[in-house]
Amino acid sequence: MSQGTAGRVAPKLVATSRQRPLISGDRLFRAIAYGAAALIMLIAAVFIVALFIPALPAITKFGLGFFVSRTWDPVRVQFGALPAIYGTLVTSAIALLIAFPVGMGAALFLAEDARLRLLRGPLSFAIELLAGIPSVVIGLWAFFILTPLMRDNVDPFLKQTLGFLPFFQGSASGYGFLTAGVVLAIMVLPIMIALSRDVIRAVPLALREASLALGATDAETIWSVVLPYARVGITGAVLLSLGRALGETIAVTMVIGNRPEISASLFSTGYTLPSVIANEFTEAVGNVYLGALFYLGLVLVVITIVVNVLARLLVWRFTGSEPTAA
Amino acid sequence: MSRPMVRILVDRFFGALIAVSVMLAAVPVLVLLLFVVIKGLPGLLTPGFFTDPPFPQGVPGGGVFNAIIGTLVIVGIGSLLAVPIGSLIGIFLSEYGRNQLGDAVRFISDVLTGLPSIAFGIFGYTVVVLTTHHFSAISASIALAVLMLPVILRATESALVLVPQSLREAGLALGAPRWRVTLEIVVPAALGGIVTGGLLAMARAAGETAPLLFTAFGNDIVQTNPFQPMGALALTVFRNALVPYTNLQDQAWAAALLLVMLVATTNILARVYVRRIQR
Repeated sequence: MSQGTAGRVAPKLVATSRQRPLISGDRLFRAIAYGAAALIMLIAAVFIVALFIPALPAITKFGLGFFVSRTWDPVRVQFGALPAIYGTLVTSAIALLIAFPVGMGAALFLAEDARLRLLRGPLSFAIELLAGIPSVVIGLWAFFILTPLMRDNVDPFLKQTLGFLPFFQGSASGYGFLTAGVVLAIMVLPIMIALSRDVIRAVPLALREASLALGATDAETIWSVVLPYARVGITGAVLLSLGRALGETIAVTMVIGNRPEISASLFSTGYTLPSVIANEFTEAVGNVYLGALFYLGLVLVVITIVVNVLARLLVWRFTGSEPTAA
Repeated sequence: MSRPMVRILVDRFFGALIAVSVMLAAVPVLVLLLFVVIKGLPGLLTPGFFTDPPFPQGVPGGGVFNAIIGTLVIVGIGSLLAVPIGSLIGIFLSEYGRNQLGDAVRFISDVLTGLPSIAFGIFGYTVVVLTTHHFSAISASIALAVLMLPVILRATESALVLVPQSLREAGLALGAPRWRVTLEIVVPAALGGIVTGGLLAMARAAGETAPLLFTAFGNDIVQTNPFQPMGALALTVFRNALVPYTNLQDQAWAAALLLVMLVATTNILARVYVRRIQR
C-alpha cells in the first residue's frame, strides 16, 4: 500500500484490520504448522527413495541372492552380504551379552539400591557423559588403547582358559569380532541403563512393599517381584540397545579389521554392514560396487527399523509413555 | 548353615554383584576421558594446532584449522535448517497434533531417531551429492539437519505440552488470536526446553562422523564455501588415526579432545540454561 492512498481509505482499513488479520493470521499460522508436519512426511518419503536409488544397480544384478552369497570380490565385481550380516549379528550379540548383565546391575543400583545414595547423581552424570561422547572418539581410544590390551592380555587369557571352545581359537591380532563387541558394549551401556532404570522405577512401590512385608530379602524381592513385573519393558530396552549396536559405524570400523570373513573364532577379523560402507566407499569404483555398498545400507536400515519399532512398542506398552532416552 | 543364613548371604552376594556392575559401567567412561585428556592435551597446546591447515603426510607440524572451520560451518548451516523446522513441527504436535496426522509425525520421528547415522549420510549423498555431482558441506548440513530434526521436535513438543492450559486460555480470553497466544505466550514459556533440545541436537551433530564420509568428504585446504568439500573435526580424528605418522596421530588425539570439549560445553550450556529459565 502506498503512502498517498493510505490517508483517504483509512477508516475502512481500520475496520478490516480488526477482523480479517485475526482470522487470516490464525489460518496462516496453522497452515505453516501443518506445512512443517507435511515436510517431515516428505523427508521420510524422500529418505526411502534415496536409500533405494543408489542401491538399484546391485539390486537388479544380485537380487535376493545377495543375502546368501559369501563372496565379496571387488575385482570380479561379485558381492554378497553374508559376511557383513554375520559380523553385524555376532558383534551385536557379544555387545548385548556383556552390556545386559552390567547394565541391569547398574540400573538396579540407580533405581532400587538404598546404599550410597550420594553416588547416584555423579553416576547418572557419568552415564550421560558416556552417551554424549562421539563414537569416533571411542573408536580412537579403542584403536590405540583397547586393541593392544585385547591382543596382549584378554585374548591370550581367554585362549588359555576357554580355548577348547571354537570361539576362542586361532591367532589373535587384537582386531576382530570380540574387540568390536566390547566397544559396542561400552557404547550401548548408557541407553541400556537409562531405559532399564526408568522401567524398573515404574514398577509399583506397593508390590515391593508387599514382598518385603512377607519377609523376602531385597535380592528376593528384585528377583521374584520387580524383574518379572518389568520383563516386557526390559525386553524393549534390550531391543533398543540392539538397534543402536547394529548401526554403529565408525568405532566398529576402526577395530573390526575390515575383512569379509565368516569364522567361528571371535578373535578373527571381520566386517559389519555399516563398516563395509564406511571403509570401502572412497575406493569403490563402478555402479555395481557402489550399489552393493548402498544395498548393504538398505539392509541395515530395514533391520534397524524393525528392531526399533518392536522395541518402542514394548517399552511404550510397559511404561505407558515414550522411552525417555533416545 | 541354617536357611535364613543362606538367604542373607545370597542377598549380600546380590548386592555385591550390583555394586560391581556399577563399577564396570563407570570405569570405561573415566578411563576413556583420562586417555583422551592425557594424549590429546600436548597436541592441543602445540603452536599452530588451531591456526594451521594440515601439512602433507610426513611433514611435521600442521594443524586442524580446516576442520574447526568445517565443523562450525557444517553444524551451523545444519542448525539453521533444523532448529526452525524442528521447533515448528514441535509446535504443530503440541498445538494441532492430537490427531492421526500428529501420531504419524511422531512415528516418523521415532523411526528417524532409531536409524543408524550412516543412513543419513546415504540420504545426503543421494539427494544432494548425486544431483549436484560433487561433494559439499551443504550436503553434510542437510544430512545432519535431518538427523537433528527428531531431537528438536520432540524436545519442543514436550516443553510446550508442559505449559499450563490456563495460560493459553488467559491469552485467548484477552482476545488474542491463537497464533499470537502460541508465539507470544506459550513458546516463550517453554523456551528453556526448546533451546535445550537445539543445543543437544547440535552437540550430537558435531560429533557425527559417518554421515560426513559421503557428503562433506573432507578437505585439507581451508574451505569456507559451503558448496565445496570440507573437512571436519570428526573426519580428522577418523582419518588421522589410521595413518602411520605420529604427528598426525597426535593431531587425531588433540582433535578428539577438542571435539569432546565442544560437545561437553554444549551439553553443560544446555543444562545451565534450563536451570536459569526454571528459576
